[in-house]
Amino acid sequence: MSFLIDPEVAERVLRRALAHGGDFAEVFAERATGMTMAIDESRLESVQAGAEEGAGVRVVSGATTYFAHVDGLDPADLERAAEEAAGALRGESAAPRSLRAVATDPHPVEMRPGEVPAERKAALLRELDDRGRGAGAEIAQLLASYAEARREVTVANSEGLLCGDDRTRVRIGVQAVARRGELVETGAETLGGHRGFELFDGDPGAVAESAAGKALTLLEAGPAPAGSMPVVVGGGFGGVLFHEMTGHGLEADHVQKGASVYASKLGERVAQPLLSAYDDGRMPNEWGSDSIDDEGAPTQRTAVIEEGRLTSYLYDRLTARRDGVASTGNGRRESFRYLPVPRMTNTYIAPGEATPEEMIAEVPRGFYAVSFGGGQVDPATGDFVFGVTEGYLIEGGKVTRPCRGATLIGNCLEALIAIDALGSDFEIKTGVCGKVGQKVPVGTGQGHVRIGAMTVGGTEV
Amino acid sequence: MNGIAEEAVAAALAAGAGEAEAYASEDRRREVRAHGGAVESLTAATQRGIGVRAWIGGKVGYAFGTDLSEAGLAEIGACATEAARVADEDEFAAPPVPVRPIPDMEGKGAPELSDSSVAAWSIGDVSELALAVEDAALAADGRVAGVEQAVYADSTERIAVASSTGVGDEYERSSCYAYVQALAEGDGGRETGLGFGLGRGPAALDPVAIGREGGERATAMIGATKPPSRSCPVVLDPTVAASFVGILGRGLGASAVQRGRSPFAGRVGSETAAQAFALSDDGLDPDGPASSPFDGEGVPRRRTALIEDRTLRTYLYDTYSARRGGAASTGNAGRGGYRVLPGVAPSNLIVAPGGLSFEELLRAAGEGVLVTDVAGLHSGVNPVSGVFSVGASGLAVRGGELAEPLREFTIAGDLVSMLGAVEAVGDEPRWVPFGGSVSTPPLLIGAMTVAGS
Repeated sequence: MSFLIDPEVAERVLRRALAHGGDFAEVFAERATGMTMAIDESRLESVQAGAEEGAGVRVVSGATTYFAHVDGLDPADLERAAEEAAGALRGESAAPRSLRAVATDPHPVEMRPGEVPAERKAALLRELDDRGRGAGAEIAQLLASYAEARREVTVANSEGLLCGDDRTRVRIGVQAVARRGELVETGAETLGGHRGFELFDGDPGAVAESAAGKALTLLEAGPAPAGSMPVVVGGGFGGVLFHEMTGHGLEADHVQKGASVYASKLGERVAQPLLSAYDDGRMPNEWGSDSIDDEGAPTQRTAVIEEGRLTSYLYDRLTARRDGVASTGNGRRESFRYLPVPRMTNTYIAPGEATPEEMIAEVPRGFYAVSFGGGQVDPATGDFVFGVTEGYLIEGGKVTRPCRGATLIGNCLEALIAIDALGSDFEIKTGVCGKVGQKVPVGTGQGHVRIGAMTVGGTEV
Repeated sequence: MNGIAEEAVAAALAAGAGEAEAYASEDRRREVRAHGGAVESLTAATQRGIGVRAWIGGKVGYAFGTDLSEAGLAEIGACATEAARVADEDEFAAPPVPVRPIPDMEGKGAPELSDSSVAAWSIGDVSELALAVEDAALAADGRVAGVEQAVYADSTERIAVASSTGVGDEYERSSCYAYVQALAEGDGGRETGLGFGLGRGPAALDPVAIGREGGERATAMIGATKPPSRSCPVVLDPTVAASFVGILGRGLGASAVQRGRSPFAGRVGSETAAQAFALSDDGLDPDGPASSPFDGEGVPRRRTALIEDRTLRTYLYDTYSARRGGAASTGNAGRGGYRVLPGVAPSNLIVAPGGLSFEELLRAAGEGVLVTDVAGLHSGVNPVSGVFSVGASGLAVRGGELAEPLREFTIAGDLVSMLGAVEAVGDEPRWVPFGGSVSTPPLLIGAMTVAGS
């Protein structure tokens, strides 16, 4: 693949970045194009297209990182960024190594979204609208969106690395609103991948039916219970639970600042022996995958928990250097306007052997959380919350009725070790994860997971 | 900037658009992150970009980009026009018409939107400020074990809006903030506390107060336990109240109402809140972080009373929702930057201060909970129905006074009932950047469901 910047220009920029000293310099160049459109009230609208290109240059000197970014990829733009990044340094100039191009293996894209006619994307949205509204007379509103993005990136650094990636992602999302008199409920579903328009070759309309089905189900919902009880979490997007409660605490920047409950716990038992978990940025065409991270390190499959023991943190270049280990390929950034930080890619609990029915049958009274609107964790304390968008009461080993407005809350150390059953079903879902003001696509997954006891925050005390 | 915006408008018209509008911004930013007594990272950057909205009859398209050369603007204008051809006809879609006069904030005796200290303080000066915030957090209490990070950031932005209907104005605005996430240890556990401050320039920030707030909030939580599940009076501190007010403000946007996605549909003119709670949107407040002469479509900002005397007075409108709702724009077209279409959004939301001091508010609560932090708002609140359940931490209130720290519980209810249950409002408002730009005192809610053990 071709690079966004000429290797000679990149070398010149790196020399300039190290002109006043520094241990390491890097230029990250990016060209991003994309388009989005939506259908709302059965009307196609919000058709938007965008194109941006630019570069970020960083110089690392001791414990300090100097960073500047510019719009545009002309040699003059890049040199300006290098000068601005190096502007606050006062040392002797250092010399970068000559660049050596490293081949990478971008995820295959069969049908470039940019080459698919807009009418076809519009037709996809109209199908989502028809199918979602067709799911029931009580569907009052439906909003469906389509997004495509292509990010071409080139990374060059003073250690001689030159490599690139070409990333295409597409995603559809549906939000349905069901109404019965005064009662209003919503349901949402998404489908996305690191791939082309071929993702929608199957039956994308099922996404809309699923969103509408959730909203319709909730019309029958009663209040959610409040208090501590066993919780069975559904497969797929239920994986956001592991992402929040454990994944963030494994990101090495939190760990190194003592701001993670998993600090100094490597090798220790953090879960029951039945549980193993991974971060895998290599899963073919998954939403959270890339061929390299945003520092040029190849993505990899990292076992973070093996048979209940904590086996690895997730590293970018700087945190890996600090711990004297190799980067795990988790240095990611939202765009060239941000510094890379350790981030998850596709994170999941490996499936177990139970069926969801067996897991539920053992619960006398509990809560069944099928999907979440999202969650949040404070990695330093381990306290987390999840908003449940689809949840049910479990009574006498059976799912009895849907519940609205529930939140799961707990502490990750206690909740992780309380996982006592894993389902054999397995699915990865798409998410967008925010950290230090940067959003990146992440995959979250698992089969059904049962937690022995957890606080459900409903209104029925 | 205005010249560039006008050029982009012309480009869209040349590509076949009937009407066009351009929003151009240039933003100079600095950010310092400090940790462990040293600067961890320094960022300096300027970014410029433009977004063009094109109309072909009632069809609207949008395109944005960062290439502001003549060829780049022509491409963006053409892309926006192309996008409009794909959209469906919408009878209410039309470009904003110019409204005069644009308010002159300085003429009203208000302070400037730009503070000279942003330019006057060197990167070394603001680095010292970030380090001073960290120091103050560590000095706040012996149990503060460290900080996760202390951050200072500022920006100076120039915004221009131009349209084929004659809109054409620009302004400059500076802003800055500093925050610290402090870590405290004790009772075998670790707690975090956020301290923050915001202003138009670094001279307005008090690094000692910001650091101390972070340290004190973290140490206050040491030894926190789960409260029992029950329904009880709840005091929301300003940072928490602001998060709820922000969600409320979005629900009062006319587009959410018109599209059946707001719990406040059909409530204008009817009783919506307790007497104690009054809310306005004021895009011209001299201290408001979101204040500006005009909104994201060039329509003048103004003050709009939203809730007063128990009654919902109006929704917030941009040009499109005003045409659709048979109202006038309230100057509430928000822009999340040049990359996104404008949409209805609050400017500065202001909760009118009440008459009770914080101590009096706690006494009025009697036996209950003070909530100092909430988590999971983006997933725990259903903006369509207003039903919410969010994670919370804070302190118990016993006999009208603060008692032991509490964590890992949820508060649940629905927005409309919560507004009706506001029993009293504190007398000291604070600007909070959560949930948009909100100024609010602490609020006493008569009863809420607390779920813990």
